[in-house]
Amino acid sequence: MISTLFLALLLGCGVDAPAPTAPTASAPTAAAKAPRTYAPVGLGSPATAEEIAAWDLDVSPSGEGLPAGSGTVSQGQALYAAQCMACHGVKGEGGVGPKLIGPDDAKTGFGDDPKIPKTMANWWPYATTAYDYIRRAMPQHAPGSLTPDQTYALTAYLLAENRVVGADFVADAKSLPAVKMPTTVKFVPDDRGSSTVVR
Amino acid sequence: MSGGPQTSRRGLLGLAAGVVGAVAAGRAAIAEDPPPAALPAVPEDATRVLGGGVTPRSDRSPFESPAVSPTGHVSGTAFSPLQDFTGTITPTDVQFQRHHGGIAQIDPTRYKLLLHGLVERPLTFTLAELKRFPHVTRAHFLECAGNGRKAYREPTPELTPQFIDGQLSNVEWTGVPLGQLLAEAGLKPAARWLLVEGGDASVLMRSLPIEKALDDCLIAFASNGEALRPAHGYPVRLVVPGWEANISIKWLRRIEAVESPAMAKDETVRYTDALPGDLARQFSFVMDTKSIITSPSHPMQLTPGMWTISGLAWTGRGRITKVEVSTDGGASLGLRPSSSAPSLPRRRRGLCCLGAGTAPPPP
Ligand code: HEC
Repeated sequence: MISTLFLALLLGCGVDAPAPTAPTASAPTAAAKAPRTYAPVGLGSPATAEEIAAWDLDVSPSGEGLPAGSGTVSQGQALYAAQCMACHGVKGEGGVGPKLIGPDDAKTGFGDDPKIPKTMANWWPYATTAYDYIRRAMPQHAPGSLTPDQTYALTAYLLAENRVVGADFVADAKSLPAVKMPTTVKFVPDDRGSSTVVR
Repeated sequence: MSGGPQTSRRGLLGLAAGVVGAVAAGRAAIAEDPPPAALPAVPEDATRVLGGGVTPRSDRSPFESPAVSPTGHVSGTAFSPLQDFTGTITPTDVQFQRHHGGIAQIDPTRYKLLLHGLVERPLTFTLAELKRFPHVTRAHFLECAGNGRKAYREPTPELTPQFIDGQLSNVEWTGVPLGQLLAEAGLKPAARWLLVEGGDASVLMRSLPIEKALDDCLIAFASNGEALRPAHGYPVRLVVPGWEANISIKWLRRIEAVESPAMAKDETVRYTDALPGDLARQFSFVMDTKSIITSPSHPMQLTPGMWTISGLAWTGRGRITKVEVSTDGGASLGLRPSSSAPSLPRRRRGLCCLGAGTAPPPP
């Protein structure tokens, strides 16, 4: 519709781009050049083990960073109703927060239809990401308030509702990294390498 | 390097939307908006009335009220009013905002940045210490990864530049090169990525490749000449030039050097790009070349006569070297801007240029 009008102006942009580097899985870079080197100037204080432990929250796909503890699907169900449902919906259909449960959602065609919800049933590549994220940021009105057992239970519940695991699943530091997510999407490194497409 | 295929589709849409708006309005005279009734009266002749006294901070004229929109939410975007700006620097208080857990309030005297992981010396830095490092001042744009999405998916003639591409700001940052802090701690050779994390309610974490960290990232404590505002990460944020702004972590509190990425929610579930064929691009950090005409734009109304076309062009891939404007739907390009982008040499990957040109108004 818009394009049929005679008056579309066009801005063309020349770009002085650094030679695109081949995308690599480990470290995409914008420019291949030797980084500037810096000399230490002697500022900062040694970080104590306690300081590091208090803030070192991340959980890796291999399970590194997962604490002791465990949680079941039924424990998670009760916690979900009490602490998550208000924002994510009775059946995890979404509300203030995104949809969390969607075992019947399409498992293909994401690139053509941006409206397909992305849930643990069809999109999330790692179960550990759920633990990591719920622990750091949820429930949104009281972040950081969940115990490790509660976080495990909620993760177990969401995985079970998305039919990734069975109702008897117990989430802990061993079982979570072993969960095989049903995602049908293949995550690939950035392959654009030029300025002919837009981000 | 110029021409149709390389032109941002989003920029084009924005452009078209703006012009459609202008034409739909026909030949009506440009509305000199009467000031809203609530505005204070100003003297008929300012040469005959003594002016006001100096105030601690000078506010805008009551006739000017650029504003981000929408407001009030804690998770989501507030768009910047691009159509209200001239030049390339975004006024501090109307930069776009995208939060995941609201705006954190942080006491600068208790602020601490932790740097640990694969380093020789895990360290913490106070705000005062960070400011003692040699620091640099550079202009860099920040753009949300999803900028332009609405105009791309649901284009309408009524979209203003604000809601087409308003998740974009360009300010002058002052901070310590991230490479300097890494030198302080002594990066181990095994370190390939940095986990960078905020001290806000979402404890937002992303994984940053080490090459970029050593290249041009800043630990910024000021913008446009003063301390950061809370909405932009006070007291300290990361600035990752040219990359999707989600990784420019606000309220930065922790950096951990690691071997492989964390696979955080915002680099797996979100901020990945679904492609046809059930592929999803991951770690697609660089923001591509885009442009937008900010004036004329909806809902401006044009009369016959001279009008100036102005807009912005920016890229995360290098430097804007040329901006061209076409008034015939792209059949020919060439109307070179009169005050052109190349005359504003900003740092590579840090620019957001103004391309101002003149063209006859649409008849
Ligand atoms: C006050 C509202 C609120 C409550 C209560 C809440 N959430 Fe959320 N949740 C959100 C919002 C908003 C987001 C999106 C955050 C963002 O912008 O990144 C979110 C995101 C999430 C996500 C990431 C989903 C995705 O696809 O990106 C998960 C998982 C999640 N919440 C789990 C939980 C769990 C488990 C609970 C209960 C312990 C909970 N939430 C309680 C509002 C809420």
